Amino acid sequence: MRNNIIKILFNILVLSISFIVALLFGSIILLIAGVNPLVAYQAMIIRPISSVYGLSEALVRSIPLMMVGIGISIAFRSKMINIGGEGQIQLGAVAAGAAALAIPGVPKAIAIPIIILVGFTVGGIWGGIAGWMKAKLSVNEVLSTVMLNYIAFQLYLFLIRGPLIDPSEIAWGTGVPQTARMPDSTIFERLIQQGQRIHSGIFIALIIAILVYFLLWRTTFGFRLRAVGEEPKAANYAGIKVDKYLILAMVLSGGMAGIAGTIEVIGVHHRVLEGLSANYGFSGIVVALFGRLHPIGVIPASFFFGLLLIGAEMMQRAVNIPSALVISIQGLVILAVVSSNLLLENPKYRKKFLGFLMQNN
Amino acid sequence: MDKIKSLEMVNITKKFPGVIANKDVHLKVESGEVLALLGENGAGKTTLMNILYGLYHPNSGRILINDQEVKIDSPKKALDLGIGMVHQHFMLVPSLTVTENVALGIKFKSKFSMDLDNVAQKIKLLSKKHDLNIDSSLLISDLSVGERQKVEIIKALYFNANILVLDEPTAALTPQETDDLIKWLRSVIKEGMGVIFISHKLNEVMNVSDRVEVLRNGKNVFSTPISKTNINQLARKMAGHDVELPTVERKNKFGNTIIELENVWAKNERGLDALRGVNLTIRKGEILGIAGVSGNGQKELAESITGLQKIYKGDIRFKGESIANKSVQSIIDKGMGYIPEDRLHMGTIPGFKVKENLILKDYLRSPFSKIFLLDRTYIKDYCKSTVDEYDVRCPNINTPTHALSGGNIQKLILSRELKREPDALVASYPIRGVDIAAVQYIHEKLLEARDNDMGILLITEELDELINLSDRIAVIYEDQILDVIDTAEADKSKLGLLMAGIKEGSR
Repeated sequence: MRNNIIKILFNILVLSISFIVALLFGSIILLIAGVNPLVAYQAMIIRPISSVYGLSEALVRSIPLMMVGIGISIAFRSKMINIGGEGQIQLGAVAAGAAALAIPGVPKAIAIPIIILVGFTVGGIWGGIAGWMKAKLSVNEVLSTVMLNYIAFQLYLFLIRGPLIDPSEIAWGTGVPQTARMPDSTIFERLIQQGQRIHSGIFIALIIAILVYFLLWRTTFGFRLRAVGEEPKAANYAGIKVDKYLILAMVLSGGMAGIAGTIEVIGVHHRVLEGLSANYGFSGIVVALFGRLHPIGVIPASFFFGLLLIGAEMMQRAVNIPSALVISIQGLVILAVVSSNLLLENPKYRKKFLGFLMQNN
Repeated sequence: MDKIKSLEMVNITKKFPGVIANKDVHLKVESGEVLALLGENGAGKTTLMNILYGLYHPNSGRILINDQEVKIDSPKKALDLGIGMVHQHFMLVPSLTVTENVALGIKFKSKFSMDLDNVAQKIKLLSKKHDLNIDSSLLISDLSVGERQKVEIIKALYFNANILVLDEPTAALTPQETDDLIKWLRSVIKEGMGVIFISHKLNEVMNVSDRVEVLRNGKNVFSTPISKTNINQLARKMAGHDVELPTVERKNKFGNTIIELENVWAKNERGLDALRGVNLTIRKGEILGIAGVSGNGQKELAESITGLQKIYKGDIRFKGESIANKSVQSIIDKGMGYIPEDRLHMGTIPGFKVKENLILKDYLRSPFSKIFLLDRTYIKDYCKSTVDEYDVRCPNINTPTHALSGGNIQKLILSRELKREPDALVASYPIRGVDIAAVQYIHEKLLEARDNDMGILLITEELDELINLSDRIAVIYEDQILDVIDTAEADKSKLGLLMAGIKEGSR
């Protein structure tokens, strides 16, 4: 018990220090840009957590991050690296959007599960292709998932510019590449009024995180999947079909990203439109790593990154600097936090810290 | 530095968090002698040698060379002083040549070029002088285990080592290679080399060493000239209690055939024939030993029977039904057990907890799991009792398996395979690299299983083990079964000839 408290204290200390170091480096960038770092950081750190809007937006962004992070954690448990989140999100989103438009009259309790299932399936197929290529053709999954992203992106653009484009865009001649608005029976409810965007999709994400944890550590399926990842030779020896579980892990992983896209459509935008995924497929990788590639660890990690994303936006608006600078400061923070992992993981440093505390008491 | 006449380690103590690996250990070796360092797994031999080689720093104690105190803080320092070490797991880069591997340790004058010709020349001289016979232009990956060991020795000699530490040098060698090594050791000590020889194989120790030092639980417990001791005494000192390898009652009644191989052909990973027309039968309640120099098809034989290896001709029947090319899972379900050769990467999943590895073949069936949910309480209770019953020593059942010693991993695998009560068991090199107490235990368990009517295929390089345990011995040579003989008619020289491919009356 006491050890745990010390561990938590130590981790908080390390994380805070690395955060501060990143901000110090970032202030150099800000000073060069002619901005007062204190004003900028006040906007970046304090504003998101001191307003309903900030918190709501942080949560909205954390939902797709959480889903992608969970997916990447699953793939990692079978030692597959899924860089294809972006493509899986887009195809999941466009499929879910098409499904939602196809079932306008169906009651919500039936419509939403169907739409999520469609998004999951299409994302899962896209991930599964990379898994199949790895298992049967030994194609490196990093390569195949990145390439599949390009294909998915073009397919996505084609669908929302062509077959699925909102008929009124053509009628009015505006031609914005987006689908029609989803019927009300297919979208998530907003949780609080006052125009905030936080929606009930967050519960779906949280439930899935817990379900995936159970799946991986409490079921025979998870046992096999982890066995294949830890040591394929031994898994094969124990009678597990290694190929099959590599593919299944990628199907699940892609499916989670597909759900991320689905939730973006029916929770946030209510349409499928260009730029729907704000790079969540890639940020999700960082979220997964930061959450220790564990579905439960991904929950706080995704919220932290949600805060970071909205904080960066708020900073940009407050001090009016180019978004490139904001992105680089964000990168600095991520780098610093991720590098502090070394210290967090090492009991040796914690011991030193403990010794230091003892001396001072 | 002068040549080492005597090397002494005095009162060495080394603590790791939670364990004292060495406590006031002393050790002395002189040039021209072989000192055998004995002890069970975990007795502290390797720690002591790593201190000598500068890989660990002791908490206290001194090292004296020719009665002068020295500080050894890195392997480089050890080499400079004349101490060479051949690790159990070779430290060679497989994709480089012999010359390049030796050159890795050399500090050349120029930073940008290496005089490899010179190195090759010196290796040639050394191998000629010491009768080591290695072509220095070959890639390490093309060399056999015995040859790689010679490269390690050349590396040590290149740096003028005259104290040589050999950590279980014979563990992976064939009987012939072992004989060669022992002959070689005898010749170099005549030239003034001092050797520290670590081994579990007591007959080799009796054969090659001048003195013995026994460690137990990190302390010296026994030290004697070899002439005043015997194998039984050494085994007792190592274990701390009497060790008797089980004496086997010969059986003369066996059950029906349980496994039958008929004209089995299989190819290895490179697409070459690895089994060519193998015929074998194993009966219930019988241990059939497979003798042979490793690499003659043993791995493919074991894996064909357990379903891991595809066969392209012939048939394998288990309990009367064909299992040729059936799935691994279906063969396991039918009652086949398998103790594989590669215990860390095939027999267990190193990153999994002890309890997860204990249920590796049972997790699917009730009561370990119901429908698809693992029953954690049942698994915990089952694993706790299994660990106790089979004396698998681990801090607890949640420890990652790679943290266990080799002997304990082997006991874990043994317990998993035997507790399932299979009808037949394939055991590949079950005692390789484990200490004598574990050997005793594993042998007892195998015999017990045999007496309970299990049919066992025992693959091993240890002739003593084969003759001691097997009811019949089949000799495998160049992917074929050369002969099957009753153990009563087997002796080492006859088996040795057969293993070399020489069948009586054929020449």
